[in-house]
Amino acid sequence: MEYKDYYAIMGVARDATQDEIKRSYRKLARKYHPDVSKEPDAEARFKEVGEAYEVLKDPEKRAAYDQLGKQWKPGQEFRPPPDWDAGFEFRGGGYTAGDAGAYSDFFEELFGRGFAGAGGTQGRRTFRMRGEDHHAKVLIDLEDSFSGATRSISLRVPELTGDGHVTTRERTLSVRIPKGIRPGQLIRLAGQGAPGLGGAEPGDLYLEVEFHVHPLYRVDGADIYLDLPVAPWEAALGANIKVPTPAGNIDLKIPANSRQGRKLRLKGRGLTGKQPGDLYAVLQVSLPPADSDAARTLYKQMQDQLGFNPRAAMGVA
Amino acid sequence: MDKKDPSTPAVELIDEETTFTLAELCRCCDVEAELIEALVEHGILEPAGRQGRYWCFSASSLRRTRITLHLQRDLGVNLAGAALALDLLERIDELDARLRALSR
Repeated sequence: MEYKDYYAIMGVARDATQDEIKRSYRKLARKYHPDVSKEPDAEARFKEVGEAYEVLKDPEKRAAYDQLGKQWKPGQEFRPPPDWDAGFEFRGGGYTAGDAGAYSDFFEELFGRGFAGAGGTQGRRTFRMRGEDHHAKVLIDLEDSFSGATRSISLRVPELTGDGHVTTRERTLSVRIPKGIRPGQLIRLAGQGAPGLGGAEPGDLYLEVEFHVHPLYRVDGADIYLDLPVAPWEAALGANIKVPTPAGNIDLKIPANSRQGRKLRLKGRGLTGKQPGDLYAVLQVSLPPADSDAARTLYKQMQDQLGFNPRAAMGVA
Repeated sequence: MDKKDPSTPAVELIDEETTFTLAELCRCCDVEAELIEALVEHGILEPAGRQGRYWCFSASSLRRTRITLHLQRDLGVNLAGAALALDLLERIDELDARLRALSR
């Protein structure tokens, strides 16, 4: 088990006041909130900050944590000394059993199972209640939406043990990704949420689908955009060229006199589904380098014979 | 379909045409109907129509409700603040998409 430096995580000194800790927590919670933040590891940081605050906001837990001493380094292998919590009477303020999966082993060892009655899940419930619905995210590739795919996802599930304690269990599901799925859509797995109480039916599991960034394609709703490089003469004279699509290469006719940035629509070549999207090839005119005498001669010829002024609209030559 | 294997459960795609009844939305987000009513009053949710006497909602309502709940719980944001945050988040998503399109 690794030691966690809650003061460093919270960005405050060890002698910070409760107000300073609260202010720092609010700031960090806004910065790393998973629904708002664009930071890459927002969710992990948010949990870490929440855990640190759970300890530091409670004077009693903070005092117990302080008693472990300052000699520990973050990440250092840690075992709590015997009787480290003697003299403290944990009341579990704010810590609820339902959050168990969110905390680190370090926290669990110090403040989790140790103090009796935390969160108040004692006793066996005798009523029937449908299990909670669970929510998670899953990242897939664009290609997975075309061909359908199976993704293996791991979930940490809090579980109530026979004596009323909470543990977490890793559960792996193999999930079929339906063809034609789009970013932001949900998949429902009936009965895969939390187990029901007293023999009632379990809840459902909802997976929100997002796509990995693709090197070639950009997805907008059901439509797919592709930047398609073309030679100046292909754009000017028209051409039949091969274009990659997620479903394989297809032939595309470039009309003569196409401009840079022209969008060519390939109807029905976007994401599949009840209402298939379109694929847009966005022409990117690519200039051949003038790195040989032959190339320079050709450019010179165009300069002399075309009389082309790209800045005519600006009134300058 | 291999329904017997417990590790590969049946899946159901929830697309734009899927609607949730008020009761389903409440169950899915673990909230009371009063809260959903308040979200409608604040313009956070827009009912997609009615089923009998009750509202029904589009699939995107699920996400908006959950974000609102998280903002309330984690940051102490009230409903007016959550409505503003959701609008701004949507705008940021649009701008991000445009920025990605431009910076390729």
